[in-house]
Amino acid sequence: MPKDHGIGASSKRREDVRFLTGKGRYTDDINLRGQAHAVFVRSQVAHGRIRSVDTATAEGMPGVLKVFTSADFSAKGGIPCGWCVTDRAGKPMLEPKHPILAEGKVRYVGDAIACVVAETLEEARDAAEAVDVDIEELPAVMDMKAAAKGGALVHDDLGSNLCYDWGFIEDSKAATDAAFKTAHHVTTLELVNNRLVPNAMEPRVAIGDYSQAGDDYTLYTTSQNPHVIRLLMGAFVLSIPEHKLRVVAPDVGGGFGSKIFHYAEEAFVTHASKVVNRPVKWTCTRSESFMTDAHGRDHVTKIELALDKDGHFQAIRTETYANMGAYLSTFAPSVPTYLHGTLMAGNYKTPNIYVNVKAVFTNTVPVDAYRGAGRPEATFQLERVIDKAAREMGIDPIEIRRRNFVQPNEFPYQTPVAVAYDTGNYQATMDKLVAMADLAGFEKRRADSAKKGLLRGLGVNCYIEACGIAPSNLVGQLGARAGLYESATVRVNATGGVVVMTGSHSHGQGHETAFPQVISEMIGIPESQVEVIHGDTNNTPMGMGTYGSRSLAVGGSAMVKAANKIINKAKKIAAHLLEASDTDIELKDGKFSVAGTDKSVDWGSVCLAAYVPHNYPLEDLEPGLEETAFYDPSNFTYPAGAYACEVEVDPETGKVTICSFAAADDFGNVVNPMIVEGQVHGGLAQGIGQALLEAAVYDENGQLLSGSYMDYAMPRAGDVPFYKVDHSCQTPCTHNPLGVKGCGEAGAIGSPPAVVNAVIDALQRGGHKHVTHIDMPVSPSRVWTAIHG
Amino acid sequence: MTKVTMTVNGRSVSAETEGRTLLSQYLREGLGLTGTHVGCDTSQCGACVVHVDGKAVKSCTVFAQDVAGATVTTIEGMANADGTLGTIQQAFQDHHGLQCGFCTPGMVMSAAALLAENAKPSETDIRHYLEGNICRCTGYHNIVKAVLAASGQDASAVAAE
Repeated sequence: MPKDHGIGASSKRREDVRFLTGKGRYTDDINLRGQAHAVFVRSQVAHGRIRSVDTATAEGMPGVLKVFTSADFSAKGGIPCGWCVTDRAGKPMLEPKHPILAEGKVRYVGDAIACVVAETLEEARDAAEAVDVDIEELPAVMDMKAAAKGGALVHDDLGSNLCYDWGFIEDSKAATDAAFKTAHHVTTLELVNNRLVPNAMEPRVAIGDYSQAGDDYTLYTTSQNPHVIRLLMGAFVLSIPEHKLRVVAPDVGGGFGSKIFHYAEEAFVTHASKVVNRPVKWTCTRSESFMTDAHGRDHVTKIELALDKDGHFQAIRTETYANMGAYLSTFAPSVPTYLHGTLMAGNYKTPNIYVNVKAVFTNTVPVDAYRGAGRPEATFQLERVIDKAAREMGIDPIEIRRRNFVQPNEFPYQTPVAVAYDTGNYQATMDKLVAMADLAGFEKRRADSAKKGLLRGLGVNCYIEACGIAPSNLVGQLGARAGLYESATVRVNATGGVVVMTGSHSHGQGHETAFPQVISEMIGIPESQVEVIHGDTNNTPMGMGTYGSRSLAVGGSAMVKAANKIINKAKKIAAHLLEASDTDIELKDGKFSVAGTDKSVDWGSVCLAAYVPHNYPLEDLEPGLEETAFYDPSNFTYPAGAYACEVEVDPETGKVTICSFAAADDFGNVVNPMIVEGQVHGGLAQGIGQALLEAAVYDENGQLLSGSYMDYAMPRAGDVPFYKVDHSCQTPCTHNPLGVKGCGEAGAIGSPPAVVNAVIDALQRGGHKHVTHIDMPVSPSRVWTAIHG
Repeated sequence: MTKVTMTVNGRSVSAETEGRTLLSQYLREGLGLTGTHVGCDTSQCGACVVHVDGKAVKSCTVFAQDVAGATVTTIEGMANADGTLGTIQQAFQDHHGLQCGFCTPGMVMSAAALLAENAKPSETDIRHYLEGNICRCTGYHNIVKAVLAASGQDASAVAAE
């Protein structure tokens, strides 16, 4: 019988009621009294020297309050980068200044040059058209490999386009090279991990609201981590101390990473609000989103896998060019390095691994974390090269994986790429997959497809990811300029209701439902008696926000810590009321009782005593029942799984249709299965989108060709099947109190290789033996060309 | 500026407009009905779908002045008279057919238009009809299930788990 409340129950989401009735409060739904509107003048060329910006005409137009240029920000800082990567030679990465409005040069199409603030949005738009910008166009730096060597520079003062040349682990290079020399077989694969636009359905919005009365600021923004924005913007850009700056991220319509970062528009509206002494609102158009939201992926990789005669992995060597875009977005340098290199062991025992990453500046919008962030790039190359190796050596693709798995009795497992997996059972998830995907029935399905003239293929792969980000002392050593703990305050009210104030942020993940399930389980009160507050720096403790599948693993752990403090104190109060020792007090189903007796007092009475302390141990205990905890994880968590995709390829057109997709995941313990499954569904669609449809394409001049939903192919309802998902293989995390691992990114990490493996399998079985790889997106034209090429 | 009057969610309402004012702007800014969302500027995403005289319309594609006098239903008008969730809304909650909620108003309005045309749509019918509504969160699985359920069909029997 499934549980109907608490941990493990598929409690319906309480936030749905407001979203389903039009009562959500997204940032663009906020309109402040007297607000003015901002419209940016953006570069139409990818690279150029700004000769002049003439704002005179625009400033005289109706409703215009002020036209801002970079001169208005000369005393302000640039947008900071939150991670410094050290290169192979021990030197820090090259780090350009990232101004709020372009200084001297424009560096990508969409780079903001000026901004009009006017009474109405229409007046601001009209005036923005009248700002006259004269730019001397320069050659666009677009090709990463050429740019890394020299030629035109994105940042003249840096002297190079190579942000860093990173080796991981540099000391492993010699042994890895040696293993390749003695290998029985080496499989090599060159591939592109296609550049993507995250495309949260809610475009970014920022409203700055300066109050002269209090000399303080409020920023309403579409953020996954309002405290991080407050710290970065306040301390590094605008020099506003935290107590004078409130950041509110209300209902946020999806993030997928793209709303982690501190964007220039946030700093702009905050500062501009003081200058014009009015609230200033900026709402991004979708066209602007395509040009200015940080993009994802964009790696060009060569991977080599060395094997012995039985198909055991001996060594992995990979070289990647990673696009940083024109500036360093908040966490950009960490994505191709510590979120990518550390995952190159996958689910397997490979004694020697060496990862080289060259991060390159180009005249494109910055690239940063997008759902999975580094881990999809690692998984894709690894699982593709394993498939290719299996084919070359004549070993079944599932068998070669099983042969190399870290075995269930080998955990904790120290990989050669720094991370140590706490738990896992990769044989079990593979067994589950084989059953749920009915792999035994594949041949019959293939024959049925063949009768229709279609080539059917089966793609299988595994994935592992590191999430629950992250131990602060470790990431600090690796260059993070922030801690990655999480916080929670648990406030119990006098009549027993509970409010959880969390530094985590929900933008679709359902925290308002799932977090109360945990509290309900711990205390034994109904979920409806627990409320979650998030997204406002004024009423939540300093926390790092939501990304990297960390909310429950890190934020939930902070909440459990705080709740345990509450319970410990409540037990002391109960002991006083029951005239017993607190060590004898047990809490069950919302009732404190003295062990071995029938004496008890209910939760509500203890809470009331804490706030009306007439009969209360005031000499030993403070009144009240409110506790805050910070939780810093001691390790990453390591969700893992096995995925299978079946496709039909039409050899006449090259069109690929997903027939079925099955995902067997190990997320450790699960609090709300319904929400977890929904997270996997969404991740799968994004991964299928990457594999078949999506590509952010710039031409050689740096013009963004896929700049709208007319050109950028988002997965739609007809592009995807019903998915089969399962999370019954559970090896709980050993180092957080809930035993949870995180589920938000798995689908997007695990699915692209399954799709591409399936397409290659279909073509191979169909007799097109020369086709060993097709780059994503595996579009009809690419497939057709591969068949006929 | 021209005053435009129409019937929205059963009430006669009016707001000032320019010639270029879109119906989506009219609803959001003129009337404060912010449940209708704007997710793109090319009439592709479908977050702004409302019903105009009974037909599903992308409200970012229509000038407010062109539909003066029309009868419009938005997401705010979809609940039961007592404020409880309507059948489609309830099915979306029951089947977890929404995550961030941003595309949801358009999805619900499109689903309602589909069910008005086709009381028992197949999975394929639903996927085809929702082609003009983009969701980035759910992978569509639970949206399709919710629409099946809202039409009285056994979603669990159709949707593989």
